[in-house]
Amino acid sequence: MLIQKFLITFAHYLLLMKRVFSRPERMRMFLKRYLTEMAQLGVDSIGIVLLISFFIGAVICIQIKLNIQTAWMPLWTSGFVTREIMLLEFSSSIMCLILSGKVGSNIASELGTMRTSQQIDALEIMGINSASFLILPKIAGLVTMIPLLVTFSTASGFIGAYATAYVGHIITPADLTSGLQHSFTQWFFWMGIIKSLFFAFIISSVSSFFGYTLEGGSVEVGKASTNAVVSSSMLILFSDLFLTHLLS
Amino acid sequence: MIEVSHLYKSFEDKKVLNDISTVFENGKTNLIIGQSGSGKTVLMKCLVGLFEPTAGKVFYDNRDFTNMNMRERTLLRREMGMIFQSAALFDSMSVLENVMFPLDMFSTASYKDRKRRAEFCLDRVNLLDAAEKFPGEISGGMQKRVAIARAIVLEPKYLFCDEPNSGLDPKTSLVIDELIYGITQENGITTIINTHDMNSVMGIGDHILYIYEGSVEWEGTKEIVKDSGNQRLNDFIFASPLKNHGYVK
Repeated sequence: MLIQKFLITFAHYLLLMKRVFSRPERMRMFLKRYLTEMAQLGVDSIGIVLLISFFIGAVICIQIKLNIQTAWMPLWTSGFVTREIMLLEFSSSIMCLILSGKVGSNIASELGTMRTSQQIDALEIMGINSASFLILPKIAGLVTMIPLLVTFSTASGFIGAYATAYVGHIITPADLTSGLQHSFTQWFFWMGIIKSLFFAFIISSVSSFFGYTLEGGSVEVGKASTNAVVSSSMLILFSDLFLTHLLS
Repeated sequence: MIEVSHLYKSFEDKKVLNDISTVFENGKTNLIIGQSGSGKTVLMKCLVGLFEPTAGKVFYDNRDFTNMNMRERTLLRREMGMIFQSAALFDSMSVLENVMFPLDMFSTASYKDRKRRAEFCLDRVNLLDAAEKFPGEISGGMQKRVAIARAIVLEPKYLFCDEPNSGLDPKTSLVIDELIYGITQENGITTIINTHDMNSVMGIGDHILYIYEGSVEWEGTKEIVKDSGNQRLNDFIFASPLKNHGYVK
């Protein structure tokens, strides 16, 4: 029964995506909405990304230095582990999990409210493909902005690590720099970017699906918002497993 | 002209519309009346394609809407305007942007011309002063008037109004009725209105369709509605205090 329900939902999702990925009716309007979504979903998320990454970068550095690193380990270990965690997992996967909460609920509640207040019906009556008009700019906007957010997250994590060196004196800046530069593999950075692109698509499309297909009133808007966050988080975790294996 | 032929609509086991057949003519305000739950809104949604009928046909000037594919429907819908019960204005846009929106999507005119047309429509509904306001900053009656302006900005052939007077005071309702009636006459469009408002029925009902439990119970004009001889229709009409029309029993 559960599998049947999942398959039906997945089929509806695919049908919606078929409508979403059609040529925009008016390119000028699409570009206008695309820029708006880039600002709303991407630029508006920079603050929270920087803040969380800063503290996580600092905490990872402290944890490794004080709780993991032992005398027989090289002095650069903390910096090295901080870099690898930020690049490989935190800035791509965990940051996208956090964004699925912020951006996913935002998308689902916005589209859900538009559905309940008949704004989506109004678009349809005007002869507009409402799915494409509303959802495509969101997907394109978030997918465009996510590499920037991942890069900012990594950089902010490193700044947080340096804060533990300069302000907390947990580690010397020289040891941290040495660790951050040690055996750098450029592919790890690109791996994070590639993973994040998939996650951005999951967040925007799944959240849009739950908001757009909503039936009912304000209670359902809340439920759709919750479902969007839970479903996209689960999908991010599953796909992270496969993508990490595939790209490593 | 919109022709409805033997239209049925069911939701699972529940029959909502049962063999509806009628003709809505050009240049007339066609009113669909009936009790709550009688199927008026479902009928209107079937007409505009928001619901698929279980059986039956809808023809727009002899074009079979029910057999059209998505693309053909999209093109036909550009000849329609609709005023929703909730006005359904876009929250993130100003009043002027709301009215300009259909032009931005479909018109090839310059920005200046699009703006001029939108301002003309806003002026038609006496809301030019509110052009820069947002939907959340104006009253329900004003929102309905903006919705009318948005619905007529592309000069539609068919205008659908789903309970345009709901939630409005009698005076504002009268303004809305007069606007819709005037626009229908001026442009010779086919207007269909779902309503409970008996003042609207008596005031602008060129053609009245009374729906009872999903079927057409009575059809006629405002001139003969009071003498229909139909008990169910009389019960419905005289449940309202029609003091202005002298119909109170």
